[in-house]
Amino acid sequence: MSVLDALRIAVRAIVANRLRSLLTLLGLVIGVSSVIALIAVGQGTQKGVSDQIRGLGTDLIFIEPSAAATTQAGGTASLITTTLTQADAHAIAANGNPAITAVTAHITGDTQAIAGTENVGAESVFTTSNYAEVRDLEVAAGSFIAPQHDDAGSLVAVLGSRVAETLYGGIDPIGQEVRLSFLAGRVVFGFTVIGVLEEIGGAADANDQVFVPITGLANRFRFLYTPTGDLRVTQIDVQTTPGADTEEVKQQVTDLLLFRHNRSDPDFTIESQDDLLDAASEVANTLSILLGSIAGISLLVGGIGVMNIMLVSVTERTREIGIRRAVGATGADIVNQFVTEALALSVFGGVLGIVIGVVASLLVDGQTVGDQEMTTVIQAWSIAAAFGVAAGIGLLSGLYPAWRATVIDPIAALRNE
Amino acid sequence: MIRLDGVRKTFTAGETKIHALDGVSLEIDRGEFVAIMGQSGSGKSTMMNIIGLLDRPDEGAYLLSGRNVASLSEHARARLRGKAFGFVFQSYSLLPRMSALEQVELPLIYQGVRDRRRRAAEALVRVGLAERIGHRPTQLSGGEQQRVAIARSLVVDPLVVLADEPTGALDTATGHEVMTLLSDLVDQHGMTIILVTHEPEVAAFAHRTVRMRDGQIIEDTGASNGAIARSAPIDESAS
Repeated sequence: MSVLDALRIAVRAIVANRLRSLLTLLGLVIGVSSVIALIAVGQGTQKGVSDQIRGLGTDLIFIEPSAAATTQAGGTASLITTTLTQADAHAIAANGNPAITAVTAHITGDTQAIAGTENVGAESVFTTSNYAEVRDLEVAAGSFIAPQHDDAGSLVAVLGSRVAETLYGGIDPIGQEVRLSFLAGRVVFGFTVIGVLEEIGGAADANDQVFVPITGLANRFRFLYTPTGDLRVTQIDVQTTPGADTEEVKQQVTDLLLFRHNRSDPDFTIESQDDLLDAASEVANTLSILLGSIAGISLLVGGIGVMNIMLVSVTERTREIGIRRAVGATGADIVNQFVTEALALSVFGGVLGIVIGVVASLLVDGQTVGDQEMTTVIQAWSIAAAFGVAAGIGLLSGLYPAWRATVIDPIAALRNE
Repeated sequence: MIRLDGVRKTFTAGETKIHALDGVSLEIDRGEFVAIMGQSGSGKSTMMNIIGLLDRPDEGAYLLSGRNVASLSEHARARLRGKAFGFVFQSYSLLPRMSALEQVELPLIYQGVRDRRRRAAEALVRVGLAERIGHRPTQLSGGEQQRVAIARSLVVDPLVVLADEPTGALDTATGHEVMTLLSDLVDQHGMTIILVTHEPEVAAFAHRTVRMRDGQIIEDTGASNGAIARSAPIDESAS
């Protein structure tokens, strides 16, 4: 019996039981499509997080107070306990390491930005003029904090695009006054807007931030200084030359800070952008695997459905099997027939599942769920794997029923009416 | 052409052993029209199943065109069965949802024969169903269905057509028509037919009657129609 003949017989049998075939397929279709769609969501999440981390700049190393040195209060409260200082940042920069191109330190805190009758919650970033360069921030209008602001204690502000839009709408914000309230409204200062940043795609933080010179704030909050007169900071960013050995730079910076802090164990964490990307990838991969496994289980259930129907089909067609054997079908021909039928069924289910999975992934892409924008990345390997598993399960679930068909005694089968 | 020598077949039903065939020896030549008669349980169906390679004997030899086929593998028996035998059953044994033409093509699919459509159509013409080629079993009368089954048995040019109670499900007149068709195949086309029946009127169409009881042949009227004694070897080259 040729493959074409086997296929023709299979298609006839499938079409003859349209509804049943369709219901059988459903399990596989759901399995395959959910594997593809869920892995696309998982990979999309990874891409989203990776983009966000890459959006922070390039070749960066982040130094933050370690958890042990920080209170759970977060925000400005951690300023009381941070052991990092602007002097540390200066020391790293002054160390003369050729792999380090720039060092910037900053303090972040929650703030309320107010202009006229408008106000918006934002994150204030107290930093220095080189922050824009280190973090790859582009100015849309006006200018970023200039070097002359660094030590002058100027009260100037650069607004993130969304902050500017909310506060000023269509009006040009440059030269306008923005008031920033700190410590839950207990302290309010007025700043002159000198620049607005370009909008950054994705879920980047900079759109919701307000940047002001660190000295402008430090001059007004004495508690920001350590007893020895150093300005406390909540983060130091180190930019390295492209292609530099970040592990080595991390080690050098760590040694320097340990020496300066006179400690043997770090009171800070130091992570490169690659470390963050790796950690994010790991989380996203775990998510992908989890989602994929759940979908894989439904695929398996779908396969069991195919086996179940094939078993029913064999029992139902005992007489047909007897007739086919009487006219010369060998055991191999019968196995061939039922395996082909199961395979045709699952391949069709697999193709249908791919179409639905891909369409679903494309539909979800760019949709907002809650406040989270969904990103999906369809993976060729997930399509191949889901389809392969579906076809494989189809083959396996066809084998046992097919074998059952061959052990049917043709004489008894012929008597079966 | 067909030679059974001391064939025994025993079935076990629980504790009791039933000797379906108890040392049967029989020779059937090309062109014979043999009726095997006997009451149910006499072993006639078992003998037909063994001759048709649907079953294998426990003991004894079965020579088909001089070749011992008693010990062939399941696979080899299936291949040979499809080529050497055509079956006609009491219940027509047609597949549902298939046209007459497709029913007749079925054996050819397993033979890997090309030109199936033409050969199947020719076989249907031979049984007088030229007009019913596209009809499905549900659209055919009992007599027509049985004729489709006969066409299906003829399409492979078998050595022997085995007919198991071919008129059992038909009324007398239709049964007569079917038997006339089978007779013509023997008389005009030199076909060999082995007929299993318990009806004397049906057996009367045959040229030779073998009567069975309790797994043994109790009467054999012998070859009486001048059948061709020499057996042609089976053409194995097609497989």
